[in-house]
Amino acid sequence: MAKVSLKKNKIRRAWVQSGFTVLTNSHASGFLQGKIYTGPAKAVCVPGLNCYSCPGALGSCPVGSLQAVLGSREFSMSFYVLGFLAAAGALVGRLVCGWLCPFGLVQDILHKIPFVRKYTKMRADRVLRWLKYAILAVFVIALPVWISDVTGMGDPWYCKYICPSGTLMAGWPLLAANASLRRAAGALFAWKSAILIAVLLLSISIYRPFCRWACPLGAIYGLMNRASFYRLELDRDTCIDCGRCEAACKLGIPVLTDQNSADCIRCGDCTNACPTGALHSSLDALLAQKRPDTSHGQTHKSQSSD
Amino acid sequence: MKAALSFNKKAAALLVAGILFMLIGAYRGEIAVVFQKAIIICLECIGIG
Repeated sequence: MAKVSLKKNKIRRAWVQSGFTVLTNSHASGFLQGKIYTGPAKAVCVPGLNCYSCPGALGSCPVGSLQAVLGSREFSMSFYVLGFLAAAGALVGRLVCGWLCPFGLVQDILHKIPFVRKYTKMRADRVLRWLKYAILAVFVIALPVWISDVTGMGDPWYCKYICPSGTLMAGWPLLAANASLRRAAGALFAWKSAILIAVLLLSISIYRPFCRWACPLGAIYGLMNRASFYRLELDRDTCIDCGRCEAACKLGIPVLTDQNSADCIRCGDCTNACPTGALHSSLDALLAQKRPDTSHGQTHKSQSSD
Repeated sequence: MKAALSFNKKAAALLVAGILFMLIGAYRGEIAVVFQKAIIICLECIGIG
């Protein structure tokens, strides 16, 4: 990704997010009929938090798939889904969250609502960032494996009791189009809708509250941020310590000291705000190597955060 | 940009392990479990089940 202006990066990211969301949710007739796609592509996971019961979904949510396999009678470990997550994480880490996740796009759009105070740094933020790891460990892994019904099947606890993406992309559209499902909705649907509404309202004032604090998929990808091929690098020789990278980060990440933080969704705002190009991605470096005349600090020694 | 351009061994190992895991999962029949779950409306996911 060649370095572009901050505004151009936001526009480009919005196009990629929208394009990928449409591409992976293009079973349009499902929204009208209240039915879901049942073709062979459903065997393949998509990288973002995209419920497989979304009427438009062509692929499967990795978090839902992980719980489905862990809660099945046959398996207590999912090589397939964990392998998919490891491969995606090895390539780009949480770039998936910033550029490819449909629920991330929804939160991004809501955060653009003007005339509402925006919060970047909050007192409880440091503690709440650990919540997503607890949700991953308890609701996605432990409970589906340990608690099973009389048939030996475990519930998808995270999908059932928490996932606001599933409520938005699958619950609300399916109930809108399907009268029998509407009649079956009760307290659980009200609970999940309340979680979704809270996340949507918080998104107006706080950038990506769900990704920041509660997303188990982001927790998994975040663990691979420091190891992935796509990563951020800081060239200490050309950095002028202006702080524009940290000011541009809406997640409040200390970019100057921790470029590959597990909380970074790699939106690119920090690298594009850098006036000297000292902060760049590994892809920027690769492209600069191929275009020697446009490089930034190519001969200087770089320092990564890990 | 020396660090960025050097070969990332950790990422390569993770990628190889990921692909290997996917193949093992496919061999064990996990894809069928994912597929079966994904082609039926997940009542739990939508807040009914």
